[in-house]
Amino acid sequence: MSTEYEPVIGLEIHVQLKTRTKMFCGCELSFGEEPNTRTCPICLGLPGTLPVTNAQAVQYGIMMGLALGCEIAPRSIFHRKNYFYPDLAKGYQISQYDIPLCLGGRLGDVRIHRIHLEEDAAKLVHVGASGRIHGSEASVVDYNRGGTPLAEIVTEPDLRSAEQARDWLQLLRETLRQLGVSDVNMEEGSLRCDANVSIRPKGTHALGTKTELKNMNSFRYVMQGINAEIARQTALLESGESVTQETLHFDPVSGRISSLRSKEEAHDYRYFPEPDLVPIVPTPEMMAAAEAAIPELPADREARYESDFGIPTDTAHLFAYEPTWGTYFERVAVEGNRDAKAAAIWVTELRTRLGADADPHKSAVVPAQLAALAALVAAKKVTAGSARTVLDKMVETGDHPDRIAEAEGLTVMEDSGELSQIVAKVISENPDVVEKVRGGNAKAMGALVGPIMRETKGRADGGEVNRLLREQLGV
Amino acid sequence: MIELTAKQAADAIRSGDLDANEYFEFYRQRAASDPYNSYTWVAEKAPEIDTRKPFAGVPIAIKDLFCTEGIPSQAGSKILEDYRPPYTATSVDRLTTHAGGTLLGKTNQDEFAMGSSTENSAYGPTLNPWDTSRVPGGSSGGSAAVVAGATAPWSIGTDTGGSIRQPAALTGIVGLKPTYGAISRYGMIAFASSLDQAGPFTRDVTDSAMLLSAMVGADPCDQTSLGLPEPVRIPTANDLKGIRLGVPEELAGEGIEDGVLKAFNDTLELAKSLGATVETTHLPHAPHGLAAYYLIAPAECSSNLARYDGVRYGFRKSGASTLIDMYTQTREAGFGAEVKRRIMLGTYALSSGYYDAYYGRAQKVRTLISQDFKNAWDKFDFIVTPTAPGVAFELGSKTADPLAMYLNDFCTVPMSLAGIPAISIPNGLSEGLPVGFQIAGPAFSENRILDAALALEKAIGFDASKAYA
Amino acid sequence: MLSSDQVLHVARLARLELTPEEVERFGGELSKVLDHIELIGQLELEDVPPTSHVIDVENALRADEPRPSMPVERALESAPDAAEGGFRVPSPGAS
Ligand SMILES: [Mg+2]
Ligand SMILES: [Zn+2]
Repeated sequence: MSTEYEPVIGLEIHVQLKTRTKMFCGCELSFGEEPNTRTCPICLGLPGTLPVTNAQAVQYGIMMGLALGCEIAPRSIFHRKNYFYPDLAKGYQISQYDIPLCLGGRLGDVRIHRIHLEEDAAKLVHVGASGRIHGSEASVVDYNRGGTPLAEIVTEPDLRSAEQARDWLQLLRETLRQLGVSDVNMEEGSLRCDANVSIRPKGTHALGTKTELKNMNSFRYVMQGINAEIARQTALLESGESVTQETLHFDPVSGRISSLRSKEEAHDYRYFPEPDLVPIVPTPEMMAAAEAAIPELPADREARYESDFGIPTDTAHLFAYEPTWGTYFERVAVEGNRDAKAAAIWVTELRTRLGADADPHKSAVVPAQLAALAALVAAKKVTAGSARTVLDKMVETGDHPDRIAEAEGLTVMEDSGELSQIVAKVISENPDVVEKVRGGNAKAMGALVGPIMRETKGRADGGEVNRLLREQLGV
Repeated sequence: MIELTAKQAADAIRSGDLDANEYFEFYRQRAASDPYNSYTWVAEKAPEIDTRKPFAGVPIAIKDLFCTEGIPSQAGSKILEDYRPPYTATSVDRLTTHAGGTLLGKTNQDEFAMGSSTENSAYGPTLNPWDTSRVPGGSSGGSAAVVAGATAPWSIGTDTGGSIRQPAALTGIVGLKPTYGAISRYGMIAFASSLDQAGPFTRDVTDSAMLLSAMVGADPCDQTSLGLPEPVRIPTANDLKGIRLGVPEELAGEGIEDGVLKAFNDTLELAKSLGATVETTHLPHAPHGLAAYYLIAPAECSSNLARYDGVRYGFRKSGASTLIDMYTQTREAGFGAEVKRRIMLGTYALSSGYYDAYYGRAQKVRTLISQDFKNAWDKFDFIVTPTAPGVAFELGSKTADPLAMYLNDFCTVPMSLAGIPAISIPNGLSEGLPVGFQIAGPAFSENRILDAALALEKAIGFDASKAYA
Repeated sequence: MLSSDQVLHVARLARLELTPEEVERFGGELSKVLDHIELIGQLELEDVPPTSHVIDVENALRADEPRPSMPVERALESAPDAAEGGFRVPSPGAS
């Protein structure tokens, strides 16, 4: 029998911070501008220039640390990470090394190892052969992105499957999005994820040799890439070979994994404390400002919806991770005299109609009217089925539900004489069903409800229909 | 005109006794025909002069490594040949735009400030105006030579381990290295960021105070700049009453040439006659300063000079077809031997497995040296030493032996590591060549240092005009 | 004494191309300097904290306020090989 392996996965996530300017200079962040139009002497690394740290980036870093339960370092410093590459204007990246801004922490069931601040590299665009460099490929460097503030989040190796990694990354993304520190868009590169993957025989504790998997720019690729790497490592071990520690590239098109740096010498970054920058020592004022800037986060919101509004867990979760809908729900619940469960149902219905990405506050349906619709149903003035039709109209016209129900003739039939006649008519038209019911098959009665509802155009109250059927059938 | 100090000239221009344009043109012509190779660029005409400003019309020479917008700023290196920055260094801007000084020229220097003789310049060595067969010291040798040779009334340079004080000593002028952080480093092409500091070269102590006063100040573009806690005053002291001078045995004995030591001891006697007490003391870790310095400075420079890669500006060696060849060939052809030597040394000191043994230890030695000075301030107002262990040496005499060259900084490096201010004033002659007297004080004690330096300057009565008369 | 392999390794890290003569010369010179520097190896430094800044300044942060960037022409004006609005280099992948 073959050994069963357990994957051990840790993530390293680079988050582009949503500041107005770059990490160490006053250039505005670039969003697809023409190449090299967002540069200055500092981010081009011109001789004599010096970096100056962006206060907002530091605040975002502290906010992230606080939101993820980290300890904020009383004194952290920047280091230089030295290596040559054309996307690196100074020949080194300013990053944090052994004394990062945030240490420890947790999100969900994954521990955070650290969070540190650094600057992003520029962009290299590959072009064809040029006259100058005869017969060889050339690249053109665009420094617009160079110096964009990044926070790097490193987790402990607490994840045990690719699916779990993807789900956790989604949780992290939502948390960061709600924090307002980043656009967290994987496709656009404002959220970038590398994974450290190793496997070990199930039940053992020693860690296997890990590889670092790069370039997974969607949640799907994160899952596919990790799964492919787990499969690759498993195959290696099963055939008696061993895993080599290396950096790997996942190609989502072919699904293949290849080695990224096999040829170059091992990197020696020669880290040393950045002499141009002074330590970050968060003052009580800086801490208070960061604390105050943190909005309610998904986990807290979910708990509040459950305890304060008493709505089911899955709905609470939905509204917590889609805060626009959560906020809208809260308004409907308040308008509806805190009949929160009903409010939750009808907000969910509205979400199905508008789509999860829509902003309900901008729709034709104002919270008070949605609350009024819920009240109509609660008062049995319209049936649940009719209420859905009313909601369709509300989305279309923005009319009040009372008026729509009235105008469309969707209010519950209050005249039980009329309903009684319809019931009698349907009974007379379905002798075979009647026979079954009378023969003891009570369930068969259901076959009569449909035609009655059709006759009443859904305006009949279900309970009343049942009562009348039993009465007239004598069961 | 040549006799006027910068302050006298500024006063005369303001009072209308001296025509600013005439004065500028006088120096411009001297600079243009400078016989010592002190300049790498000289202004072609006088700029607009605003006579309401304090330095209005007083020309100033600037070390090549200060960035000046649109004007070559090459740091003595081929890799920056004809590089014209799009911005001006904060300190230069303060002197020109704010104080009204007029940019006369850019001065020669050791490449990227690495050297003690100005022989390591891609633009040829600068000669010592006292004896053209000798070096002016370095790395700010050009800025020293222009003042000594009177091709500029004053100038600025930078000091990383002695690069202002040592050339000032070797050319018989006043050179001041301020407290680290007193003057913005923004726009100074970096050698070793935790040590580099700008400062004035002047004929006398009064000019030094005046030039310093316009340069200091915190700068939002430099996180490590603090300015000074009080304005720089024009010094007025006539004596040294109550001043306690400490003479560290480690820096004022062994290894110092006899003539230099004699001049130093003579001045100590003068100091006593002016009311100072003089006592021998110890800076036990100072002799290790050189070793710490020659780890920290190369380590920082190996990183600071990584940006010279032929991509964004400066020299690129043509013909390379791969990126790695482009890098290595550009840097091989663009850097001189001493720069390469220090990049190699610094890269090695920071490389994996060696950091703790070299860079890490050097940073700790730095702590000990700072502590030595702090202990000294309990007993002394100033520490005094000879500025350099010898007089100006012959061109080429030390280029083959890096270590012998490095020993020139023996007396100046400890203050740099501690970040404290120190001045070198002319202290007479030995073998017919100038020697310097160094006064170091606690951080931010510039005003007190300048006062003491003024009192000694008057007592010493050095005649600088021999070099240019 | 630094071996020529060590010298070459360091030169490669520093992106310097050295001639065989330079390798030999630097090996000797650096070894001599390192011998002197190694004197600090004799000091007892166990409990001594390192100094990376001599000044006592913290934070000194910059407000997140945009400043004008340079026009692209200015950014490229000193470039040894400007092309297509950028800085052209031999492709890192090419060999
Ligand atoms: Mg990183
Ligand atoms: Zn910029």
